[in-house]
Amino acid sequence: MLGEQPLPARWPDGQLNLTLTMPGECEAGEQTARRMMHIRPRDRNRSLIHFENVGLRYGMGPEVLRDLTFDIPKRSFQFLTGPSGAGKTTLMRLLFMSLKPTRGLIRMFDRDISMIPGEELPLLRRRIGIVFQDFRLLDHMTTYENVALPLRVRGKEEASYRSDVIELLKWVGLGERINVLPPVLSGGEKQRVAIARALIDQPEILLADEPTGNVDPPMAQRLLNLFIELNRLGTAVIIATHDLTLMDRVNARRMILSEGRLDIYD
Amino acid sequence: MTDPAATARDRGSKERLVTLRPTAPIVPPVNVSGRALMVVIAIMSFLCAVTLGAVTMVQEKAEAWQGDVSREITIQIKPEEGLDMDQALIAVRDIVLGSPGAVAARIVDRASTARLLEPWLGEGFDMDELPVPRLVIVTIDENNPPDFGAMRQALAEAVPAAALDDHRAWADRLISMARITVLIGVGILSLMLATTMLTVIFATRGAMAGNRHIVEVLHFVGAETGFIASQFQRRFLLIGLKGAGVGGGVAAVVFLLLAAWQNHTMATALNDQATALFGRFSLSSAGYFGIVAIIALIAAMTTLTTRLTVIRTIREIDRQRADPSLAEIG
Ligand SMILES: Nc1ncnc2c1ncn2[C@@H]1O[C@H](COP(=O)(O)OP(=O)(O)OP(=O)(O)O)[C@@H](O)[C@H]1O
Ligand SMILES: [Mg+2]
Repeated sequence: MLGEQPLPARWPDGQLNLTLTMPGECEAGEQTARRMMHIRPRDRNRSLIHFENVGLRYGMGPEVLRDLTFDIPKRSFQFLTGPSGAGKTTLMRLLFMSLKPTRGLIRMFDRDISMIPGEELPLLRRRIGIVFQDFRLLDHMTTYENVALPLRVRGKEEASYRSDVIELLKWVGLGERINVLPPVLSGGEKQRVAIARALIDQPEILLADEPTGNVDPPMAQRLLNLFIELNRLGTAVIIATHDLTLMDRVNARRMILSEGRLDIYD
Repeated sequence: MTDPAATARDRGSKERLVTLRPTAPIVPPVNVSGRALMVVIAIMSFLCAVTLGAVTMVQEKAEAWQGDVSREITIQIKPEEGLDMDQALIAVRDIVLGSPGAVAARIVDRASTARLLEPWLGEGFDMDELPVPRLVIVTIDENNPPDFGAMRQALAEAVPAAALDDHRAWADRLISMARITVLIGVGILSLMLATTMLTVIFATRGAMAGNRHIVEVLHFVGAETGFIASQFQRRFLLIGLKGAGVGGGVAAVVFLLLAAWQNHTMATALNDQATALFGRFSLSSAGYFGIVAIIALIAAMTTLTTRLTVIRTIREIDRQRADPSLAEIG
Protein backbone atom coordinates (compact mmCIF):
# COMPACT_ATOMS: atom_id res chain seq x y z
CA MET A 1 0.00 0.00 0.00
CA LEU A 2 2.67 2.45 1.03
CA GLY A 3 4.61 3.93 -1.80
CA GLU A 4 2.20 2.59 -4.35
CA GLN A 5 0.82 5.95 -5.24
CA PRO A 6 3.39 8.32 -6.68
CA LEU A 7 3.78 11.75 -5.13
CA PRO A 8 2.67 14.34 -7.61
CA ALA A 9 5.34 16.93 -8.00
CA ARG A 10 3.53 19.65 -9.83
CA TRP A 11 4.46 22.43 -7.56
CA PRO A 12 2.87 25.84 -7.76
CA ASP A 13 5.08 27.34 -10.44
CA GLY A 14 3.30 24.95 -12.75
CA GLN A 15 6.36 24.41 -14.90
CA LEU A 16 7.29 20.99 -13.73
CA ASN A 17 4.98 18.18 -14.49
CA LEU A 18 7.09 15.33 -13.35
CA THR A 19 5.84 12.51 -11.24
CA LEU A 20 8.40 11.54 -8.68
CA THR A 21 8.33 8.14 -7.16
CA MET A 22 8.72 7.13 -3.58
CA PRO A 23 12.17 6.83 -1.99
CA GLY A 24 14.12 3.77 -2.84
CA GLU A 25 12.31 3.27 -6.10
CA CYS A 26 13.89 5.83 -8.33
CA GLU A 27 16.48 8.58 -8.08
CA ALA A 28 15.92 9.95 -11.55
CA GLY A 29 13.99 13.01 -10.49
CA GLU A 30 16.82 14.48 -8.52
CA GLN A 31 18.58 16.31 -11.32
CA THR A 32 15.37 17.92 -12.42
CA ALA A 33 14.42 18.67 -8.88
CA ARG A 34 17.68 20.41 -8.25
CA ARG A 35 17.27 22.47 -11.39
CA MET A 36 13.82 23.38 -10.30
CA MET A 37 14.99 24.58 -6.94
CA HIS A 38 17.72 26.68 -8.60
CA ILE A 39 20.27 25.05 -6.37
CA ARG A 40 23.71 25.08 -7.88
CA PRO A 41 26.01 22.29 -6.69
CA ARG A 42 28.38 24.61 -4.88
CA ASP A 43 25.49 25.81 -2.72
CA ARG A 44 24.79 22.35 -1.51
CA ASN A 45 27.03 22.35 1.49
CA ARG A 46 26.43 25.90 2.55
CA SER A 47 24.47 26.07 5.75
CA LEU A 48 20.98 27.42 5.79
CA ILE A 49 20.82 27.90 9.53
CA HIS A 50 23.69 28.54 11.88
CA PHE A 51 23.43 28.62 15.70
CA GLU A 52 26.30 29.81 17.80
CA ASN A 53 26.27 29.56 21.62
CA VAL A 54 22.56 30.15 21.64
CA GLY A 55 20.84 30.24 25.01
CA LEU A 56 17.21 30.85 25.84
CA ARG A 57 15.29 31.36 29.04
CA TYR A 58 11.63 32.14 29.50
CA GLY A 59 11.39 35.22 31.68
CA MET A 60 13.31 34.74 34.91
CA GLY A 61 13.21 30.95 34.64
CA PRO A 62 16.16 28.62 34.11
CA GLU A 63 17.83 28.40 30.74
CA VAL A 64 15.73 26.00 28.68
CA LEU A 65 18.38 25.87 25.98
CA ARG A 66 22.06 26.28 26.70
CA ASP A 67 25.01 26.88 24.42
CA LEU A 68 23.55 25.43 21.27
CA THR A 69 25.99 25.46 18.40
CA PHE A 70 25.08 23.70 15.20
CA ASP A 71 24.39 24.09 11.49
CA ILE A 72 21.48 22.99 9.37
CA PRO A 73 22.93 22.44 5.89
CA LYS A 74 20.87 22.98 2.78
CA ARG A 75 18.86 19.93 1.70
CA SER A 76 19.63 18.16 4.98
CA PHE A 77 17.29 15.89 6.88
CA GLN A 78 17.32 15.61 10.66
CA PHE A 79 15.29 14.51 13.62
CA LEU A 80 15.16 16.56 16.77
CA THR A 81 14.43 14.47 19.80
CA GLY A 82 14.62 14.46 23.55
CA PRO A 83 12.37 13.90 26.54
CA SER A 84 9.17 15.86 26.98
CA GLY A 85 9.93 19.36 28.20
CA ALA A 86 13.48 19.23 26.88
CA GLY A 87 12.87 22.28 24.69
CA LYS A 88 12.09 20.87 21.26
CA THR A 89 9.17 23.22 20.66
CA THR A 90 11.26 26.08 22.00
CA LEU A 91 14.03 25.31 19.54
CA MET A 92 11.46 25.08 16.74
CA ARG A 93 10.25 28.55 17.71
CA LEU A 94 13.77 29.88 17.53
CA LEU A 95 14.13 28.33 14.09
CA PHE A 96 10.85 29.92 13.01
CA MET A 97 12.01 33.30 14.32
CA SER A 98 9.03 33.57 16.61
CA LEU A 99 11.42 33.76 19.53
CA LYS A 100 14.66 35.63 19.85
CA PRO A 101 17.48 33.94 21.74
CA THR A 102 18.40 35.35 25.11
CA ARG A 103 22.01 35.13 24.04
CA GLY A 104 24.09 33.85 21.18
CA LEU A 105 23.88 34.29 17.45
CA ILE A 106 21.47 32.82 14.95
CA ARG A 107 22.03 33.18 11.21
CA MET A 108 19.30 32.15 8.82
CA PHE A 109 19.50 32.49 5.06
CA ASP A 110 22.85 34.21 5.65
CA ARG A 111 21.25 36.90 7.78
CA ASP A 112 21.75 37.64 11.45
CA ILE A 113 18.17 37.31 12.65
CA SER A 114 18.56 39.89 15.39
CA MET A 115 19.07 42.48 12.65
CA ILE A 116 15.96 41.61 10.68
CA PRO A 117 13.29 44.30 10.91
CA GLY A 118 9.77 43.21 11.81
CA GLU A 119 8.25 44.00 8.43
CA GLU A 120 10.66 41.65 6.73
CA LEU A 121 9.83 38.64 8.90
CA PRO A 122 6.73 37.50 6.97
CA LEU A 123 8.76 37.51 3.77
CA LEU A 124 11.49 35.36 5.32
CA ARG A 125 8.92 33.07 6.90
CA ARG A 126 7.52 32.39 3.46
CA ARG A 127 10.64 30.34 2.91
CA ILE A 128 9.89 28.21 5.97
CA GLY A 129 7.05 25.73 6.28
CA ILE A 130 5.98 24.92 9.81
CA VAL A 131 3.76 22.27 11.33
CA PHE A 132 2.72 23.43 14.79
CA GLN A 133 2.33 20.91 17.55
CA ASP A 134 -1.23 22.26 17.98
CA PHE A 135 -1.87 22.53 14.21
CA ARG A 136 -3.35 26.08 14.22
CA LEU A 137 -5.88 25.53 11.48
CA LEU A 138 -8.54 28.14 10.80
CA ASP A 139 -11.91 26.70 11.74
CA HIS A 140 -13.95 28.70 9.25
CA MET A 141 -11.98 27.40 6.29
CA THR A 142 -12.29 24.01 4.69
CA THR A 143 -9.39 21.60 4.48
CA TYR A 144 -8.75 22.83 0.96
CA GLU A 145 -8.84 26.49 1.95
CA ASN A 146 -6.55 25.94 4.92
CA VAL A 147 -3.95 24.25 2.78
CA ALA A 148 -4.24 26.92 0.08
CA LEU A 149 -3.88 29.75 2.61
CA PRO A 150 -0.11 30.27 2.32
CA LEU A 151 -0.48 30.61 -1.45
CA ARG A 152 -3.45 32.89 -1.10
CA VAL A 153 -1.66 35.32 1.21
CA ARG A 154 1.18 35.45 -1.29
CA GLY A 155 -1.33 36.84 -3.77
CA LYS A 156 -1.49 33.83 -6.07
CA GLU A 157 -4.46 33.16 -8.33
CA GLU A 158 -6.65 30.29 -7.25
CA ALA A 159 -6.59 28.74 -10.72
CA SER A 160 -2.82 28.44 -10.52
CA TYR A 161 -2.76 26.25 -7.41
CA ARG A 162 -6.12 24.55 -7.25
CA SER A 163 -5.09 21.21 -8.70
CA ASP A 164 -1.82 21.14 -6.73
CA VAL A 165 -3.66 21.59 -3.48
CA ILE A 166 -6.20 18.91 -4.35
CA GLU A 167 -3.48 16.48 -5.36
CA LEU A 168 -1.48 17.07 -2.23
CA LEU A 169 -4.60 16.54 -0.13
CA LYS A 170 -5.30 13.29 -1.94
CA TRP A 171 -1.77 12.24 -1.37
CA VAL A 172 -1.99 12.74 2.39
CA GLY A 173 -5.20 10.70 2.33
CA LEU A 174 -7.62 13.58 2.65
CA GLY A 175 -9.17 13.30 -0.82
CA GLU A 176 -12.56 12.70 0.71
CA ARG A 177 -12.24 15.51 3.25
CA ILE A 178 -11.52 18.39 0.91
CA ASN A 179 -14.64 20.38 1.75
CA VAL A 180 -14.71 19.58 5.45
CA LEU A 181 -14.14 22.13 8.22
CA PRO A 182 -11.39 21.35 10.79
CA PRO A 183 -13.72 20.97 13.81
CA VAL A 184 -15.12 17.76 12.36
CA LEU A 185 -11.72 16.30 11.45
CA SER A 186 -10.00 13.70 13.61
CA GLY A 187 -6.70 14.58 15.27
CA GLY A 188 -4.73 12.68 12.66
CA GLU A 189 -6.62 14.33 9.84
CA LYS A 190 -5.98 17.78 11.28
CA GLN A 191 -2.32 16.88 11.55
CA ARG A 192 -2.20 15.99 7.88
CA VAL A 193 -3.92 19.24 6.93
CA ALA A 194 -1.31 21.12 8.95
CA ILE A 195 1.44 19.19 7.19
CA ALA A 196 -0.05 19.84 3.76
CA ARG A 197 -0.27 23.54 4.56
CA ALA A 198 3.40 23.59 5.52
CA LEU A 199 4.41 21.78 2.34
CA ILE A 200 2.24 23.44 -0.25
CA ASP A 201 4.61 26.23 -1.20
CA GLN A 202 7.61 23.92 -1.17
CA PRO A 203 9.60 25.81 1.46
CA GLU A 204 13.37 25.84 1.76
CA ILE A 205 13.09 24.70 5.37
CA LEU A 206 10.41 22.50 6.84
CA LEU A 207 9.90 22.52 10.60
CA ALA A 208 7.56 19.83 11.88
CA ASP A 209 6.77 19.60 15.58
CA GLU A 210 5.52 16.08 16.39
CA PRO A 211 4.06 15.63 12.93
CA THR A 212 3.22 11.99 13.51
CA GLY A 213 1.94 12.28 17.06
CA ASN A 214 -1.67 11.55 16.17
CA VAL A 215 -1.52 9.06 13.32
CA ASP A 216 -1.25 5.29 13.11
CA PRO A 217 2.10 3.72 12.13
CA PRO A 218 1.26 3.22 8.43
CA MET A 219 0.18 6.83 8.10
CA ALA A 220 3.25 7.95 10.05
CA GLN A 221 5.39 6.08 7.55
CA ARG A 222 3.52 7.64 4.71
CA LEU A 223 4.00 11.14 6.10
CA LEU A 224 7.67 10.40 6.70
CA ASN A 225 7.93 9.39 3.07
CA LEU A 226 6.35 12.69 2.14
CA PHE A 227 9.00 14.56 4.14
CA ILE A 228 11.73 12.50 2.54
CA GLU A 229 10.36 13.27 -0.89
CA LEU A 230 10.19 16.94 -0.08
CA ASN A 231 13.77 16.75 1.15
CA ARG A 232 14.74 15.15 -2.13
CA LEU A 233 13.24 18.13 -3.91
CA GLY A 234 15.63 20.36 -1.99
CA THR A 235 13.99 21.26 1.29
CA ALA A 236 15.91 21.03 4.55
CA VAL A 237 13.71 19.07 6.94
CA ILE A 238 13.72 19.17 10.74
CA ILE A 239 11.32 16.84 12.49
CA ALA A 240 10.81 17.03 16.25
CA THR A 241 9.60 13.71 17.57
CA HIS A 242 9.82 11.20 20.37
CA ASP A 243 8.88 8.39 18.02
CA LEU A 244 11.89 6.05 18.07
CA THR A 245 10.47 3.60 15.52
CA LEU A 246 9.94 6.47 13.12
CA MET A 247 13.55 7.57 13.51
CA ASP A 248 14.78 4.06 13.05
CA ARG A 249 13.19 3.93 9.61
CA VAL A 250 15.50 6.54 8.17
CA ASN A 251 19.18 6.89 8.40
CA ALA A 252 19.19 10.59 9.18
CA ARG A 253 20.98 13.00 11.43
CA ARG A 254 19.73 13.02 15.02
CA MET A 255 19.79 16.06 17.24
CA ILE A 256 19.15 15.06 20.82
CA LEU A 257 18.18 17.65 23.39
CA SER A 258 18.56 16.87 27.05
CA GLU A 259 18.86 19.21 29.99
CA GLY A 260 19.18 22.15 27.68
CA ARG A 261 22.14 20.76 25.75
CA LEU A 262 22.21 19.42 22.26
CA ASP A 263 24.09 16.37 21.01
CA ILE A 264 24.26 15.64 17.33
CA TYR A 265 24.73 12.18 15.83
CA ASP A 266 25.36 12.28 12.11
CA MET B 1 1.43 -1.22 -11.00
CA THR B 2 -1.16 -0.78 -13.76
CA ASP B 3 -1.09 0.99 -17.07
CA PRO B 4 0.19 4.50 -16.26
CA ALA B 5 -1.99 6.13 -18.90
CA ALA B 6 -5.04 4.59 -17.32
CA THR B 7 -3.93 5.81 -13.89
CA ALA B 8 -3.44 9.30 -15.22
CA ARG B 9 -6.85 9.24 -16.86
CA ASP B 10 -8.34 7.99 -13.67
CA ARG B 11 -6.67 10.69 -11.66
CA GLY B 12 -7.72 13.36 -14.12
CA SER B 13 -11.34 12.34 -13.94
CA LYS B 14 -11.22 12.22 -10.15
CA GLU B 15 -9.82 15.70 -10.06
CA ARG B 16 -12.61 16.99 -12.22
CA LEU B 17 -15.10 15.44 -9.86
CA VAL B 18 -13.90 17.55 -6.96
CA THR B 19 -16.25 20.44 -6.47
CA LEU B 20 -15.16 23.17 -4.11
CA ARG B 21 -17.41 25.59 -2.38
CA PRO B 22 -16.85 29.24 -3.25
CA THR B 23 -13.66 30.21 -1.44
CA ALA B 24 -14.39 31.47 2.05
CA PRO B 25 -13.23 34.96 2.91
CA ILE B 26 -10.03 35.09 4.94
CA VAL B 27 -11.86 36.85 7.75
CA PRO B 28 -14.83 34.74 8.85
CA PRO B 29 -18.29 36.10 8.19
CA VAL B 30 -19.96 38.17 10.87
CA ASN B 31 -20.24 36.21 14.10
CA VAL B 32 -21.99 36.96 17.38
CA SER B 33 -19.52 39.60 18.52
CA GLY B 34 -19.62 41.18 15.07
CA ARG B 35 -23.37 41.41 15.23
CA ALA B 36 -23.19 42.84 18.75
CA LEU B 37 -20.75 45.43 17.45
CA MET B 38 -23.17 46.30 14.66
CA VAL B 39 -26.01 46.79 17.15
CA VAL B 40 -23.82 48.94 19.41
CA ILE B 41 -22.81 51.06 16.44
CA ALA B 42 -26.42 51.39 15.28
CA ILE B 43 -27.65 52.51 18.69
CA MET B 44 -24.80 54.94 19.23
CA SER B 45 -25.16 56.50 15.81
CA PHE B 46 -28.91 56.82 16.30
CA LEU B 47 -28.37 58.68 19.57
CA CYS B 48 -25.65 60.83 18.00
CA ALA B 49 -27.80 61.67 15.01
CA VAL B 50 -30.79 62.60 17.20
CA THR B 51 -28.59 64.77 19.40
CA LEU B 52 -27.05 66.40 16.37
CA GLY B 53 -30.49 67.02 14.84
CA ALA B 54 -31.83 68.53 18.04
CA VAL B 55 -28.79 70.75 18.49
CA THR B 56 -28.98 71.90 14.88
CA MET B 57 -32.65 72.76 15.30
CA VAL B 58 -32.11 74.69 18.52
CA GLN B 59 -29.19 76.49 17.03
CA GLU B 60 -31.10 77.46 13.91
CA LYS B 61 -34.04 78.59 16.01
CA ALA B 62 -31.81 80.70 18.21
CA GLU B 63 -30.25 82.28 15.18
CA ALA B 64 -33.66 83.05 13.75
CA TRP B 65 -34.83 84.64 17.01
CA GLN B 66 -31.72 86.63 17.27
CA GLY B 67 -32.23 87.88 13.73
CA ASP B 68 -35.89 88.73 14.35
CA VAL B 69 -35.20 90.43 17.60
CA SER B 70 -32.38 92.60 16.42
CA ARG B 71 -34.21 93.41 13.21
CA GLU B 72 -37.32 94.74 14.90
CA ILE B 73 -38.27 97.33 17.42
CA THR B 74 -41.78 98.24 18.51
CA ILE B 75 -43.27 101.55 19.41
CA GLN B 76 -46.28 101.41 21.66
CA ILE B 77 -48.81 104.21 21.93
CA LYS B 78 -50.90 104.25 25.06
CA PRO B 79 -54.39 105.64 24.67
CA GLU B 80 -54.83 108.92 26.50
CA GLU B 81 -57.62 111.40 26.99
CA GLY B 82 -57.98 113.44 23.85
CA LEU B 83 -55.41 111.54 21.82
CA ASP B 84 -56.34 110.83 18.22
CA MET B 85 -54.87 107.36 17.99
CA ASP B 86 -54.88 107.06 14.21
CA GLN B 87 -53.17 110.38 13.80
CA ALA B 88 -50.61 109.52 16.46
CA LEU B 89 -49.82 106.24 14.76
CA ILE B 90 -49.19 107.94 11.43
CA ALA B 91 -47.07 110.62 13.10
CA VAL B 92 -44.96 108.01 14.81
CA ARG B 93 -44.49 106.08 11.62
CA ASP B 94 -43.38 109.18 9.75
CA ILE B 95 -40.89 110.17 12.43
CA VAL B 96 -39.42 106.71 12.46
CA LEU B 97 -39.16 106.44 8.71
CA GLY B 98 -37.47 109.83 8.67
CA SER B 99 -34.57 108.64 10.78
CA PRO B 100 -31.66 106.82 9.17
CA GLY B 101 -31.35 103.08 9.88
CA ALA B 102 -35.07 102.35 9.88
CA VAL B 103 -35.95 100.27 6.86
CA ALA B 104 -39.70 99.95 7.27
CA ALA B 105 -42.45 100.73 9.72
CA ARG B 106 -45.77 98.95 9.92
CA ILE B 107 -48.78 99.98 11.90
CA VAL B 108 -50.45 96.99 13.48
CA ASP B 109 -54.03 97.56 12.34
CA ARG B 110 -57.15 97.16 14.45
CA ALA B 111 -57.96 93.69 13.22
CA SER B 112 -54.49 92.38 14.01
CA THR B 113 -54.48 94.05 17.38
CA ALA B 114 -57.81 92.47 18.15
CA ARG B 115 -56.41 89.09 17.18
CA LEU B 116 -53.40 89.63 19.40
CA LEU B 117 -55.65 90.34 22.34
CA GLU B 118 -58.11 87.59 21.63
CA PRO B 119 -56.60 85.10 24.06
CA TRP B 120 -57.18 87.52 26.93
CA LEU B 121 -60.30 89.37 25.97
CA GLY B 122 -62.18 86.80 23.97
CA GLU B 123 -63.72 87.14 20.58
CA GLY B 124 -65.96 90.01 19.55
CA PHE B 125 -65.00 92.66 22.10
CA ASP B 126 -65.31 96.25 21.05
CA MET B 127 -61.90 97.82 20.81
CA ASP B 128 -63.25 101.32 20.96
CA GLU B 129 -64.63 100.72 24.42
CA LEU B 130 -61.34 99.66 25.86
CA PRO B 131 -58.12 101.63 26.21
CA VAL B 132 -56.12 99.32 24.00
CA PRO B 133 -52.56 100.36 23.23
CA ARG B 134 -51.51 100.21 19.58
CA LEU B 135 -48.22 99.23 18.04
CA VAL B 136 -45.92 100.32 15.26
CA ILE B 137 -43.41 97.66 14.30
CA VAL B 138 -40.23 99.03 12.85
CA THR B 139 -37.77 97.01 10.84
CA ILE B 140 -34.25 98.30 11.21
CA ASP B 141 -31.05 97.81 9.34
CA GLU B 142 -29.12 95.45 11.59
CA ASN B 143 -25.76 96.55 10.32
CA ASN B 144 -26.54 100.23 10.61
CA PRO B 145 -29.02 100.59 13.44
CA PRO B 146 -30.65 103.96 14.06
CA ASP B 147 -29.69 106.13 17.00
CA PHE B 148 -32.31 104.99 19.48
CA GLY B 149 -31.64 107.93 21.82
CA ALA B 150 -32.35 110.50 19.13
CA MET B 151 -35.40 108.58 18.01
CA ARG B 152 -36.80 108.52 21.56
CA GLN B 153 -36.17 112.23 21.84
CA ALA B 154 -38.04 112.99 18.62
CA LEU B 155 -40.94 110.74 19.61
CA ALA B 156 -41.25 112.32 23.05
CA GLU B 157 -41.54 115.72 21.49
CA ALA B 158 -44.13 114.80 18.86
CA VAL B 159 -46.19 112.05 20.52
CA PRO B 160 -45.63 111.96 24.27
CA ALA B 161 -47.82 108.86 24.58
CA ALA B 162 -45.45 106.82 22.42
CA ALA B 163 -42.89 104.55 24.06
CA LEU B 164 -40.07 103.02 22.12
CA ASP B 165 -39.14 99.48 23.03
CA ASP B 166 -35.96 98.37 21.35
CA HIS B 167 -36.32 94.92 22.98
CA ARG B 168 -32.72 95.24 24.10
CA ALA B 169 -33.32 94.15 27.62
CA TRP B 170 -35.09 90.90 26.94
CA ALA B 171 -33.58 90.43 23.52
CA ASP B 172 -30.18 90.32 25.15
CA ARG B 173 -31.42 87.89 27.72
CA LEU B 174 -33.09 85.78 25.07
CA ILE B 175 -29.99 85.78 22.93
CA SER B 176 -27.72 84.82 25.78
CA MET B 177 -30.13 82.12 26.76
CA ALA B 178 -30.21 80.81 23.22
CA ARG B 179 -26.44 80.90 23.16
CA ILE B 180 -26.24 78.96 26.39
CA THR B 181 -28.74 76.45 25.09
CA VAL B 182 -26.67 75.96 21.94
CA LEU B 183 -23.53 75.73 24.02
CA ILE B 184 -25.10 73.07 26.21
CA GLY B 185 -26.30 71.29 23.07
CA VAL B 186 -22.83 71.34 21.58
CA GLY B 187 -21.45 70.11 24.89
CA ILE B 188 -23.91 67.23 24.95
CA LEU B 189 -23.15 66.43 21.33
CA SER B 190 -19.41 66.40 22.03
CA LEU B 191 -19.89 64.10 25.01
CA MET B 192 -22.15 61.94 22.90
CA LEU B 193 -19.58 61.76 20.10
CA ALA B 194 -16.77 61.02 22.53
CA THR B 195 -18.81 58.25 24.16
CA THR B 196 -19.68 56.87 20.76
CA MET B 197 -16.06 56.85 19.67
CA LEU B 198 -14.95 55.11 22.85
CA THR B 199 -17.79 52.60 22.66
CA VAL B 200 -17.07 51.91 19.01
CA ILE B 201 -13.35 51.52 19.71
CA PHE B 202 -13.88 49.12 22.59
CA ALA B 203 -16.62 47.16 20.86
CA THR B 204 -14.43 46.84 17.76
CA ARG B 205 -11.50 45.69 19.85
CA GLY B 206 -13.78 43.24 21.61
CA ALA B 207 -14.99 41.85 18.31
CA MET B 208 -11.39 41.67 17.08
CA ALA B 209 -10.20 39.81 20.17
CA GLY B 210 -11.96 36.69 18.91
CA ASN B 211 -9.93 36.95 15.73
CA ARG B 212 -6.50 37.00 17.32
CA HIS B 213 -5.71 33.43 16.34
CA ILE B 214 -6.56 34.23 12.73
CA VAL B 215 -4.18 37.18 12.73
CA GLU B 216 -1.54 34.94 14.22
CA VAL B 217 -1.96 32.14 11.69
CA LEU B 218 -1.96 34.60 8.79
CA HIS B 219 1.16 36.22 10.19
CA PHE B 220 2.87 32.84 10.50
CA VAL B 221 1.99 31.61 7.02
CA GLY B 222 3.70 34.67 5.62
CA ALA B 223 0.99 37.29 5.19
CA GLU B 224 2.22 40.85 5.45
CA THR B 225 0.72 43.21 8.01
CA GLY B 226 -0.88 45.37 5.34
CA PHE B 227 -2.56 42.36 3.78
CA ILE B 228 -3.96 41.13 7.09
CA ALA B 229 -5.11 44.61 8.07
CA SER B 230 -6.88 45.17 4.75
CA GLN B 231 -8.73 41.86 5.06
CA PHE B 232 -10.08 42.78 8.47
CA GLN B 233 -10.73 46.40 7.55
CA ARG B 234 -12.97 45.37 4.69
CA ARG B 235 -15.14 43.25 6.96
CA PHE B 236 -15.33 45.86 9.73
CA LEU B 237 -15.94 48.78 7.39
CA LEU B 238 -19.02 46.90 6.26
CA ILE B 239 -20.13 46.31 9.84
CA GLY B 240 -19.56 49.99 10.65
CA LEU B 241 -21.38 51.25 7.58
CA LYS B 242 -24.32 48.93 8.14
CA GLY B 243 -24.66 49.76 11.82
CA ALA B 244 -24.16 53.50 11.46
CA GLY B 245 -26.32 53.59 8.33
CA VAL B 246 -29.20 51.94 10.13
CA GLY B 247 -28.84 54.11 13.26
CA GLY B 248 -28.39 57.40 11.38
CA GLY B 249 -31.01 56.46 8.81
CA VAL B 250 -33.62 55.71 11.46
CA ALA B 251 -32.87 59.07 13.11
CA ALA B 252 -33.27 60.88 9.78
CA VAL B 253 -36.55 59.07 9.13
CA VAL B 254 -37.77 60.05 12.60
CA PHE B 255 -37.10 63.70 11.84
CA LEU B 256 -38.80 63.43 8.46
CA LEU B 257 -41.85 61.75 9.97
CA LEU B 258 -42.12 64.36 12.73
CA ALA B 259 -41.96 67.16 10.18
CA ALA B 260 -44.54 65.45 8.00
CA TRP B 261 -46.80 64.85 10.97
CA GLN B 262 -46.51 68.49 11.97
CA ASN B 263 -47.39 69.68 8.50
CA HIS B 264 -50.24 67.26 8.26
CA THR B 265 -51.86 68.05 11.58
CA MET B 266 -51.20 71.79 11.39
CA ALA B 267 -53.42 73.76 13.80
CA THR B 268 -54.52 70.97 16.10
CA ALA B 269 -54.19 71.47 19.82
CA LEU B 270 -51.55 68.78 20.28
CA ASN B 271 -49.56 70.09 17.40
CA ASP B 272 -49.72 73.62 18.76
CA GLN B 273 -48.48 72.39 22.08
CA ALA B 274 -45.62 70.54 20.44
CA THR B 275 -44.76 73.47 18.23
CA ALA B 276 -44.82 75.83 21.18
CA LEU B 277 -42.55 73.52 23.12
CA PHE B 278 -40.10 72.39 20.50
CA GLY B 279 -40.62 74.68 17.55
CA ARG B 280 -40.82 73.22 14.09
CA PHE B 281 -39.30 69.76 13.78
CA SER B 282 -38.11 70.31 10.27
CA LEU B 283 -34.41 69.53 10.13
CA SER B 284 -32.48 71.68 7.70
CA SER B 285 -30.29 70.14 5.02
CA ALA B 286 -27.31 70.97 7.24
CA GLY B 287 -28.81 68.65 9.85
CA TYR B 288 -29.18 65.78 7.38
CA PHE B 289 -25.68 66.43 6.14
CA GLY B 290 -24.48 66.22 9.73
CA ILE B 291 -26.16 62.83 10.10
CA VAL B 292 -24.38 61.57 6.99
CA ALA B 293 -21.12 62.94 8.39
CA ILE B 294 -21.73 61.04 11.66
CA ILE B 295 -22.32 57.80 9.74
CA ALA B 296 -19.12 58.31 7.78
CA LEU B 297 -17.19 59.24 10.92
CA ILE B 298 -18.33 56.15 12.84
CA ALA B 299 -17.65 53.80 9.93
CA ALA B 300 -14.21 55.35 9.48
CA MET B 301 -13.54 55.04 13.20
CA THR B 302 -14.47 51.35 13.15
CA THR B 303 -12.16 50.73 10.20
CA LEU B 304 -9.28 52.66 11.70
CA THR B 305 -9.63 50.88 15.04
CA THR B 306 -9.61 47.55 13.21
CA ARG B 307 -6.43 48.46 11.39
CA LEU B 308 -4.69 49.62 14.53
CA THR B 309 -5.84 46.52 16.41
CA VAL B 310 -4.40 44.24 13.72
CA ILE B 311 -1.13 46.14 13.75
CA ARG B 312 -1.00 46.05 17.54
CA THR B 313 -1.79 42.33 17.64
CA ILE B 314 1.06 41.61 15.25
CA ARG B 315 3.37 43.84 17.24
CA GLU B 316 2.42 41.91 20.36
CA ILE B 317 3.19 38.62 18.64
CA ASP B 318 6.56 40.02 17.67
CA ARG B 319 7.14 41.35 21.17
CA GLN B 320 6.74 37.81 22.43
CA ARG B 321 9.50 37.05 20.03
CA ALA B 322 11.76 39.52 21.80
CA ASP B 323 10.59 38.62 25.30
CA PRO B 324 10.01 34.87 25.46
CA SER B 325 8.27 35.06 28.85
CA LEU B 326 5.26 36.53 27.05
CA ALA B 327 4.98 33.56 24.76
CA GLU B 328 2.05 31.27 25.25
CA ILE B 329 2.83 27.64 25.93
CA GLY B 330 2.10 25.42 22.97
N1 LIG C 1 6.01 30.37 27.41
C1 LIG C 1 6.71 29.71 28.31
N2 LIG C 1 6.98 30.30 29.48
C2 LIG C 1 7.72 29.67 30.42
N3 LIG C 1 8.23 28.46 30.27
C3 LIG C 1 7.99 27.81 29.11
C4 LIG C 1 7.22 28.40 28.08
N4 LIG C 1 7.13 27.52 27.04
C5 LIG C 1 7.84 26.43 27.44
N5 LIG C 1 8.34 26.60 28.67
C6 LIG C 1 9.18 25.63 29.40
O1 LIG C 1 10.28 25.35 28.62
C7 LIG C 1 10.60 23.97 28.67
C8 LIG C 1 10.67 23.38 27.28
O2 LIG C 1 9.38 23.40 26.72
P1 LIG C 1 9.09 22.87 25.26
O3 LIG C 1 7.67 23.11 24.97
O4 LIG C 1 10.07 23.49 24.34
O5 LIG C 1 9.37 21.31 25.43
P2 LIG C 1 9.20 20.14 24.36
O6 LIG C 1 10.53 19.48 24.24
O7 LIG C 1 8.58 20.66 23.12
O8 LIG C 1 8.20 19.18 25.11
P3 LIG C 1 7.13 18.18 24.43
O9 LIG C 1 7.90 17.02 23.95
O10 LIG C 1 6.26 17.79 25.60
O11 LIG C 1 6.41 18.91 23.39
C9 LIG C 1 9.56 23.33 29.54
O12 LIG C 1 10.11 23.14 30.82
C10 LIG C 1 8.45 24.33 29.60
O13 LIG C 1 7.82 24.28 30.83
MG1 LIG D 1 6.79 20.37 22.14
